[in-house]
Amino acid sequence: MTPMLASFDPPYWLSTVIKVLVVGAVVPTTALILGVVFLFKIMSWMQSRLGPQEAGPRGLLQLLADGVKFIQKEDIAPNGADLWVFKAAPLVVLSSTLLLYVALPASAHLVVEDLDVGVFYVLAISSLSVIGVLMAGWASANKYSLMGALRAAGQLIAYELPMVLAVIGVVIQAGTMSLNGIVFAQNGGAVFGWTGIGNPYILTQFIGFFIFIAAVQAELTQPPFDMPVAESEIVSGYQVEYTGFRFLIFFLAEFATAFVFAGIAAVMFLGGWAVPWLEASSDWYYVLGPAVLFAKVMVVSFIIFWVRFTYPRLREDQLQSFAWKFLIPLALVNIVATAVLKVVF
Amino acid sequence: MTAVSDPSQLSDLVAEATDTRVNLDFESEGMTLNMGPQHPATHGTLRIVAKLDGEQVISAEPICGYMHRGYEKIVEVRTYPQINALINRIDWLGSFANEVPFILAAEKLMGVEAPPRAQWIRTILFEMSRVANISLFLGDFGLQLGGMTAGFYAFRDREHVLNMIESATGGRFHPNFDRIGGLKDDLPKGWIADSHVAMDKLLAFCDEMEDLLVGNEIFQSRTRGIGVIPAEIALNYGLSGANLRASGVDWDLRRDGCPPGLVYDQADWKVWTHPDGDCFARTWVRLQETREAAKIVKQLLDTIPAGPVMAKVPRIIKVPEGEAYVATENPLGEMGYYIASKGDLVPFRVKIRSASFNNISIVPWVARGAYVPDLISILGSLYFILGDIDR
Repeated sequence: MTPMLASFDPPYWLSTVIKVLVVGAVVPTTALILGVVFLFKIMSWMQSRLGPQEAGPRGLLQLLADGVKFIQKEDIAPNGADLWVFKAAPLVVLSSTLLLYVALPASAHLVVEDLDVGVFYVLAISSLSVIGVLMAGWASANKYSLMGALRAAGQLIAYELPMVLAVIGVVIQAGTMSLNGIVFAQNGGAVFGWTGIGNPYILTQFIGFFIFIAAVQAELTQPPFDMPVAESEIVSGYQVEYTGFRFLIFFLAEFATAFVFAGIAAVMFLGGWAVPWLEASSDWYYVLGPAVLFAKVMVVSFIIFWVRFTYPRLREDQLQSFAWKFLIPLALVNIVATAVLKVVF
Repeated sequence: MTAVSDPSQLSDLVAEATDTRVNLDFESEGMTLNMGPQHPATHGTLRIVAKLDGEQVISAEPICGYMHRGYEKIVEVRTYPQINALINRIDWLGSFANEVPFILAAEKLMGVEAPPRAQWIRTILFEMSRVANISLFLGDFGLQLGGMTAGFYAFRDREHVLNMIESATGGRFHPNFDRIGGLKDDLPKGWIADSHVAMDKLLAFCDEMEDLLVGNEIFQSRTRGIGVIPAEIALNYGLSGANLRASGVDWDLRRDGCPPGLVYDQADWKVWTHPDGDCFARTWVRLQETREAAKIVKQLLDTIPAGPVMAKVPRIIKVPEGEAYVATENPLGEMGYYIASKGDLVPFRVKIRSASFNNISIVPWVARGAYVPDLISILGSLYFILGDIDR
């Protein structure tokens, strides 16, 4: 089966159609999985309750039922809203998520577009969602929305920088900006000469991993960095005026983005779709790769959501000083240390 | 009738007239943010009109009365036992505590005293409602600061106390158990042992909250130094309860003015104060108070005397002419009833002094200069219950 897949070389239009279909199917599926597993089930267990029980076996189809409910709702826009911008905003946010999936490799060849500057592309595209958030906040003509959007903009810009700096350490170590290249470098790498499990960069770049996860948490606007959507302060911020399927799109985008960021963290720090004892060039990864990546994504997502369900929320200025006074200096030190060690060894 | 026929135009006019159209109305100097009457952080229907400069609060004015039920007027046409059922609804999280000062005031006018066993059980249930009330505060405050899990733990563990209150009185939220001259019933079998277990669970809950929330660095950075109320200001605004003690004023009606009929002197306990007066101090004092209340309950459970739970009172209660004021230290602060009686079946006039109404009066003073997220911390830590404000 694998050789046939490797030699599968469809014409351009067909491969494009396949890619669009795959991304279009994967995005809602991943959002659904994270929503059900973490938001409904694991959160419930952490809070000593059962979670949804009725829809489907053990309530696992609850999110599907909720999705259907959202689609049935009337599409309402506020009187003073800037209609065109208001309606486009969720789509802008979602498009940023869709574009992120383009670069996420599930194995050496199972990737929509294997970009040479994958890391650069991912970081650039992820900031696109800010525009959608600002559009939503401004066009809603609601004070809570506006405050939420401005908070989101300030926060996403502040945390873009630590995220970039955290990744630079990985790029220095791998010597490439291609996400697949980073996986290969980890699989064939060595930790100070020891090649037992390759070199998952979480071992050497643990500071980078910590900063990356913190920045991801802020980009996803999850507690402790959820001021843009803080329900007890500004009543869900820029989402407050959205109902029905437009709200559903925000929800989808949030969880699909959580999945893809967890995937990128897994690729850059946990060895991606490869396992240590199997060469990255093996054909087995056509079937094994997605499963391995999925398992690692679930581990990273668990960390992200664990923090989300545990901590209270910081204040906006405290969040800014955490980024500028702590994360960025730490990331710079990490880069220097990585560069020095790279030269020495 | 005016000439406006278009409904949307009419609603705009109405909105302008009542100054509630906050969403479209950007002022040039700062912004007016209307929080509530429907807002997740106001526990109901408190409305706060905040003038903002960016995210900084220039002035904040609480507007209450959206839940006014006219209790002070309605009790003038209700008999004393009927009033007892009504006033359960004032502070609905610690209902039993609402009954006690009213009953004590009526007993004072009638010259009746409840038998010792009734006094003991009254005190135990009073402290149990304090535990139920404040344990929910701890979780709810966490919820307002974004820590979801604390809220669910609070609901889970409050259930143990509510179960005990229910099994003794028959009502989870509104016991209506207190009577002039004693109590409705004696305790059920096995209640004392079960209550010990429940109080142990609540003490464990307090430890858990200290780990999860009060000891958390993010929580502390959100509450320390925020909303500082100096002792003098707190006294001037008439704060009471934990809000006052958190400002360093060592005053507790349970110790410094306990009306006859409650047996706090029979237990060994401590009044906690905190010198800082900020949101953290208020939370911390309440946490300690929950522990103390659980300890009081455990001590009194072991020393309940035997005997009847009801004194001899006439079947139809007529309170003799006179006036009396009795206040107790309720979960939210000082709660008192001033009863003026003309010797009828119904009181001539009742004034209800509820703690939350005074406690939120300080909001305009303490919210100046705070940020919007701090406003949430301040409102949460002042801990008011809407039924207690509006009555």
